[in-house]
Amino acid sequence: MKMNSEISLMKGNEALAEAALRAGMQAYFGYPITPQSEILEYLAVHGPKRGAVILQAESELAAINMVYGAAGAGARVMISSSSPGISLMQEGISYMASAEIPFLIVNVQRGGPGLGTIQPSQGDYFQATKGGGHGDYRLIVLAPASVQEMADFVFDGFRLAEKYRVGTMILADGALGQMMEKVTLPPASSLPPKEKPWATVGKPSTRERNILTSLFIQPEKMEEVNLKLQKKYRDIQSEVRYEAIQVEDAEIVLVAFGLSARISQKALELARAKGIRVGLVRPITLYPFPSAILSQIALSVEAFLVVEMNAGQMLEDVELAVRGVKPVMFKGRMGGMLPSPEEVLKEIESLAAVRSASSALIS
Amino acid sequence: MQDLKPTNGFEEVFRKVQTLTDTPMHYCPGCGHGVVHRLLMEVVDEMKIQDKTVGVAPVGCSVFAYHYMNIDMQEAAHGRATAVATGIKRVLPDRYVFTYQGDGDLAAIGTNETIHTVNRGENILIVFINNGVYGMTGGQMAPTTLAGMKTTTSPFGRDIATMGHPLKITELVAQLPGAYYVTRHAVHTPTAVRKLKKAFRIAFEFQEMKKGTCFVEVVSNCPSGWKMTPQESNKWMEQNMFPYYPLGDLKVPKVRMN
Repeated sequence: MKMNSEISLMKGNEALAEAALRAGMQAYFGYPITPQSEILEYLAVHGPKRGAVILQAESELAAINMVYGAAGAGARVMISSSSPGISLMQEGISYMASAEIPFLIVNVQRGGPGLGTIQPSQGDYFQATKGGGHGDYRLIVLAPASVQEMADFVFDGFRLAEKYRVGTMILADGALGQMMEKVTLPPASSLPPKEKPWATVGKPSTRERNILTSLFIQPEKMEEVNLKLQKKYRDIQSEVRYEAIQVEDAEIVLVAFGLSARISQKALELARAKGIRVGLVRPITLYPFPSAILSQIALSVEAFLVVEMNAGQMLEDVELAVRGVKPVMFKGRMGGMLPSPEEVLKEIESLAAVRSASSALIS
Repeated sequence: MQDLKPTNGFEEVFRKVQTLTDTPMHYCPGCGHGVVHRLLMEVVDEMKIQDKTVGVAPVGCSVFAYHYMNIDMQEAAHGRATAVATGIKRVLPDRYVFTYQGDGDLAAIGTNETIHTVNRGENILIVFINNGVYGMTGGQMAPTTLAGMKTTTSPFGRDIATMGHPLKITELVAQLPGAYYVTRHAVHTPTAVRKLKKAFRIAFEFQEMKKGTCFVEVVSNCPSGWKMTPQESNKWMEQNMFPYYPLGDLKVPKVRMN
């Protein structure tokens, strides 16, 4: 693997792992779980010789707490897992949110609940975007839709985590992790290290001791910590990112993230070919959520169709943004099944038919 | 040991080391934590490694250890101290890293982390305070609670048939190849206090040599949890805890240092 910018054909998981090394990741802690074990495997081969600590922990619980220690000691740290493993990590994620320890976590989702299936899913949207563990906290959540973004968002993830001292999650799925695509990797060391004066590295005589804790036994102090976190989450709203495709003249706007957005884009093309004016909004940050653009579009479109690989989770955020101004419909598949572009097209066509029937009634 | 000077006509005989803060400790009268904290921090002070030491506090009575130890510290989730310490040590291999954990933290909820950290031979010091009871939450049964011992959750005494045996985790740890130095101490007499301090010193010196995990258990009393006076609790500890958890070295490297 050459270290300069280059085009490669890579699996999503491997592109992400290579990007992490190029982004100056200093430590990675993991535990095998399908469909993301390639990340740990790739790093086990390439990490140590490029100066990164790579450690297979005895459990996801131990792994996330190793992240707490290493990131608390100032290192740039990544961890990855898939849905059941991410559930186990919620303890550490909550503690790090409170102790304000920055880290990058990757969830290559699989179908659930429970042990579920190893096939791709978006069933962890609620867990990723609403906190996940106990207490009032958020992660910045980035949703890649290509192997290229699997790599690119590693850089964004580290940068945002360190800027705000929060956890950033890359919310991918088994298909994005496993599929091979063309990817252009940025050169190594293109993300400069960040000063971390709060890190526990040993107390010199020139400063007070650094303490990283999530225990604030006095309620007044605990509320103060919460207010500080909430202010940070408000500041993070400025980092919102989305992609809007052909929404200007659209009568029906699809809203989908990640792999669902890829499927929806194909459905959009099929619908346009049939003369139905369809647009697509793809949230790239799931937290912060691009509510403003959806509220704005609600004024000009006839209806929204949310497409997800779950029972309708982002759907609730779209409904909150649209606030009943226009109908919000839903098409989803669950348990490792993907909606096909044709299935989505069928929903679009029935929506368009209802619309033309009702406009015929009105006129 | 300390550079003591006469002040205002009085002879100075003792001085708190600067590696301890001025915060009054919240520990109950007669509790061993204060002494163990002091010994640990005296060793850090004497070795002049304050700027190279990072400690990890557990969940339990010593959850606030970072209020008293004037060093950089991280507060870990319950049972996860050795995983946190692993993370710190792996990215800062030249620092001195220790965990400070009770029996519930280390030998119940954190057993997995304890065993695997030692099995990897992480170059850290694990300080294990064993008083056979969950002190912070009000005296519940711990994995190390003795057979027949009454606690709030074994109100008729620990019944081996239904509650299992008191766990000798230190003996378990000593079996692992990653463990380099494993020893059991107490702080109930001045002699015991001196021995423990020496053990801490040796453990930190081994850490510098990157020899593997050092594990120091301190069998301690818990006057509040045991519902005894401090004196009674020390006597009870000698009569009941020491026979099951005998003091002394469990694993000592062949090459001892001076």
